[in-house]
Amino acid sequence: MNVVVLLKQVPDTKDVKIDPETNTLKREGVESIINPFDMYALEAGLRIKDQTGAKVTLMSMGPPQAAEALREALAYGADEAILLSHRAFAGSDTLATSLTLAAGVRKLGGVSLILCGKQAIDGDTAQVGPGVARHLGLPHTAFVRKIEKVAETSLIVQRMMDDGYDRLEIELPALLTVVKEINEPRVPSLKGKMRAKKIEIQTWGPEELGLNDEELGLKGSATWVTQIFAPKPRGKQMTLEGDVKEQVEKLLDFLIQDKIINIQ
Amino acid sequence: MSITIDKDKCTACGSCEEACPFGVIKIEDDVAVVGEGCTLCGACEEVCAFDAITIYRPEDEKAAAPDEYKGVWVLAEYRAGQLAGVTYELLGKGRGLADALGVELAVVLLGAKTADHADSLIKSGADTVYLADDDGLLNFNEETYSAITVDLVRTYKPEIVLSGATAIGRSWAPRVAAELKTGLTADCTGLEIDPESRNLLQTRPAFGGNIMATIVCPYRRPQMATVRPRVMKQSEPDAGRNGRIVKVEVTPELLESKIKILEMVQETGDGVNLGDAEVIVSGGRGMQAGKNFSMLRELAELLGGVIGASRGAVDSDWIPYAHQVGQTGKTVAPKLYIACGISGAVQHLVGMQTSDVIVAINKDPEAPIFKVADYAIVGDVFEVAPQLIASIKQRLGR
Repeated sequence: MNVVVLLKQVPDTKDVKIDPETNTLKREGVESIINPFDMYALEAGLRIKDQTGAKVTLMSMGPPQAAEALREALAYGADEAILLSHRAFAGSDTLATSLTLAAGVRKLGGVSLILCGKQAIDGDTAQVGPGVARHLGLPHTAFVRKIEKVAETSLIVQRMMDDGYDRLEIELPALLTVVKEINEPRVPSLKGKMRAKKIEIQTWGPEELGLNDEELGLKGSATWVTQIFAPKPRGKQMTLEGDVKEQVEKLLDFLIQDKIINIQ
Repeated sequence: MSITIDKDKCTACGSCEEACPFGVIKIEDDVAVVGEGCTLCGACEEVCAFDAITIYRPEDEKAAAPDEYKGVWVLAEYRAGQLAGVTYELLGKGRGLADALGVELAVVLLGAKTADHADSLIKSGADTVYLADDDGLLNFNEETYSAITVDLVRTYKPEIVLSGATAIGRSWAPRVAAELKTGLTADCTGLEIDPESRNLLQTRPAFGGNIMATIVCPYRRPQMATVRPRVMKQSEPDAGRNGRIVKVEVTPELLESKIKILEMVQETGDGVNLGDAEVIVSGGRGMQAGKNFSMLRELAELLGGVIGASRGAVDSDWIPYAHQVGQTGKTVAPKLYIACGISGAVQHLVGMQTSDVIVAINKDPEAPIFKVADYAIVGDVFEVAPQLIASIKQRLGR
C-alpha cells in the first residue's frame, strides 16, 4: 500500500502580529515549523506502515526552505519526500495549491491513501485536503479522530461532528484529514534522524507536474487578499475594584444591565 | 515573478523587511530584495511609503465575472433531523446581501423528510428552497452532498454561496469549490457587497487570529464563503412570508458513493456543545485540580451555560478534550465567556476572542488574558467564583 502524507511548513503563528498603530505586520523572529496538525497525519501514516508494511511518502508545496520541514519529518520514519517548489507557485490560494498538490500525487501514481492535517495554522482554512481529493476524483472525509480498521481496499474511520462523530467505511483510494485526537505522535529516534539525512528529497516544478501557467500561483487562484488590518481591540477592558464581594456585585450589575445575562 | 521593487523609488528604509510575516524581503546593498517564499500577501506593498513595491494583480487584463450568475444561496446544515442555528444566521446575513444586490435568496436543503424545514426556511427569509429530500441523504456524505450541490449550482448559477464553518460545512464547501474551480473563503467574520463591483468582500482572521484579511473572488462564480456559528445574527421569522419550493430529483447516480455511513454517534453523555452555548465558564491551570471544576460547573448552570477549559487543564486530565477551547480545541463565540485561572496564551485566545463579552479572573495582573477581557477581576478564583455563585443565588432569591 502506498500512503502519501501532505505536510506544510508554516510560520509559528503565535509570533505574528499587527501593530495596531501603524497597521503593519510585525514578526519577532518568526520560526518555521511543521504544521502541527500534519504531525498527526504523519503519525497516522506511520502506524499504517507499522501495521501493513505500507510505504509512506511525504509531499509538500512550498519555497525551497520547506525542504527542512520534509527533512525533519523524514526522521520520524517516512520513506521518501517530494517537494513541489517553483517561483510559479507563489501567490497560490487554496484552489491553486490543491490543484498543484493533486498533480504531485497524480505524478507519483499508485497512491491508496492520502493523509493530511485538518488545516494549516497560518491559513486556517481546512480547504486544501478536500480540494486535493476532488481534483483526483477521490472520496474524502474530514476531521477523522480515529482509524478503526485498515483493509487493503477500504478503511473504517470515525469522523468528528460538532455533536459527536460518524462511523463510516470509505473505499480506497481516498483522502482523510485528521484532527489532533487521532493519536500521539511518536518521538523520532536517533537512527531515524541519521537515516533521514541520507534520503534524497526530490523537487518537482510545473514541468514535472504537467501544469500550465493558467493553473498556477496567482493566475491560477480564484481569490486574493485586498487588505490586511489589525483586529479591533477588545471593548472595555475595565478592571473591577473593591473587595471580592464588591467586584462580583459590580460585575453582575454590568452584565445584567447590558442584557448579557438574565438572572432577575 | 509577480512582485517588483522599483529601485529608483526604494529608499532602503526597511519598513517592508519589518512588515513581512515570512521574513523574505530584505535590504541588501541599499535596496529591498524579495527572496524565496514570498506569498504575495501584500504586507510590504501596504507599508511602503514610497510606492516602490508593486504586486502584479491580473485585474486589468481579465474580463469581469460572468454576468449570468445571480442570487445568494445558503447551504442548510442538517443533522439528525434538525437544522443547525447557523443556517438561520446565514439566512439573516444572506437576506442583507441579496437585498443589497437586488437578487433572490435561496436555500439548498439536503436531508430526509425535511418538508417542514423547507417551510420554516421560507418564513425565515428564503425566497426559494431547493429541496433534495431522500432517505439516502439522511446522513451527511461528502460525495453525495457535494455532487448534488454542484449540479444545482451549474443549473441555477448563484453568484454567492454561503455555508456554516462547521464540521460539515468545512468539508462540504471545499469539495464543491474545488469541482467548480471557484474561490472559497473560510471562517468569514464579515461579508459585505462592494457597491461598485458588486463583488462580495470577505473578511476573516488569519495567522491564528492575529491579523484580519479582506478577500475577494472577482473573476469566478459563485463566490463561496463559510461563516462560523454565532458570528452573524439569525433572521427573524415572519409567518406571512411566502416563497417557492423546488423539488430536486435525487437520482441513483447522485447517491452513488464510495463512502458508507455505518453509524451516527451523538455524544450526549456530557451534553457539551460549546458551539451553541450562550455562556461558557472556562477553567485553566489556575484551577489547580480536576475536582475544582465542580465549582465552575455550578456557576455555569446558574448562568444557563456550559464549562470550557484551556489546553493546560485538558492535558492535566482534569476535564475531557470535548471542553477544550483554543487553536487545537474548539473555537467559540458565546455571549459571555468567563475565563477562570486561565493565563491567556495566544493559542487559547484564538479560540474565544470573538466572544461578545469576556470576563477574566486571574491572580496575576499581567496575565495576557486581561488584554482581551472586557471585565477584569484580579483576584483568587477560589474566592471570586464562590462569591459569584453566592451573589447570583441571592439575586435569584434562593
